[in-house]
Amino acid sequence: MKALRYIVLVAFFGVLMTAVVKLPPRGDVSSPVHRRTNAAGTPVAGTYYIQNAYKDAKTPNMVTVILGDYRSLDTLGETIVVLIGGIACFYILNVRRRKP
Amino acid sequence: MDWMIEFTLFLILLTAALLTLGVRDLLVAVVTLNVFSFITAAIMVSLGAVDVAFTEAVVGAGAVGLLSIVAIRRTSRRSQD
Amino acid sequence: MSEFPEHDPKDHCLDESLKEPTDSLIVHATARGIAPFILLIGLYVFFHGHYSPGGGFQGGVLLAVGFLLLRLSLGVRLSQIVMPHRLTLRASAIGALLFVAVGLSAVIMGGNFLDYHLLPIPGLAPEYLRYFGILLVEVGVTVTVTFTLVAIYDELLGC
Repeated sequence: MKALRYIVLVAFFGVLMTAVVKLPPRGDVSSPVHRRTNAAGTPVAGTYYIQNAYKDAKTPNMVTVILGDYRSLDTLGETIVVLIGGIACFYILNVRRRKP
Repeated sequence: MDWMIEFTLFLILLTAALLTLGVRDLLVAVVTLNVFSFITAAIMVSLGAVDVAFTEAVVGAGAVGLLSIVAIRRTSRRSQD
Repeated sequence: MSEFPEHDPKDHCLDESLKEPTDSLIVHATARGIAPFILLIGLYVFFHGHYSPGGGFQGGVLLAVGFLLLRLSLGVRLSQIVMPHRLTLRASAIGALLFVAVGLSAVIMGGNFLDYHLLPIPGLAPEYLRYFGILLVEVGVTVTVTFTLVAIYDELLGC
């Protein structure tokens, strides 16, 4: 069992290292993530965001515009998940004290 | 030569993960988990995702460690398995 | 049937020492000295999220860590002055409600949910309305994350 664990570990290490070594360099225009259309021939959403983020919201940070404006419903869900976590902690950890 | 930095970071990452899983003292496990989160943040920086790295460093190495330490103080420090 | 040892509720082994102020002078002085700077950096990260990496979630967690450092070093009783316990969960609900209110006000003005360029603020171009809409939403996220983390700590400590 222990040998199997180490074999899985070495295999995972090999996968990680292959991925790291074969990554395209940062800012490479010809890499797949920087194309205007993806492999299926449809346009990539990131192109619109990069071209129009400053024009739409006058905010220099593109990530904030995407998180707060274009994908704000996603941020709303994240906020509600955090709030529900707090409420769940309130009810779970108060079980003994609320009983008389 | 660019991938040497990430190679080193992944090596430390796997070592921290193994230590977290293998150690018996839960307080040590929390500290090595914080090391894991911080190395993950460094890998994110080296990949160019600064926002993700910021979130990972603040949440993983700050808030999670603090809340885990309080939870360990309220329960038991030794791992049962 | 169960491998776990029998757990007696009377013998809960609660460590109450975290509720007291610390005995160590060094920890006390360091936490009191460094917590205002953590809160300041949290506010900076939050308000500068339009121009540099950062934003609501990260700034909220930094603010929460500042408050938690004070709770951890000063004890529960003294740190109630900085952040009262009965405020926390209600304030986090108010933050989420602010987010939903920004979205619903755009619906009332005749647009889709969370269309910021229809917000009822007079005298601003649509681009700057979106700018301030993002800012309002980030305020909601920050308030929710900060107060929820402090509330979780309080419930965990059972004060």
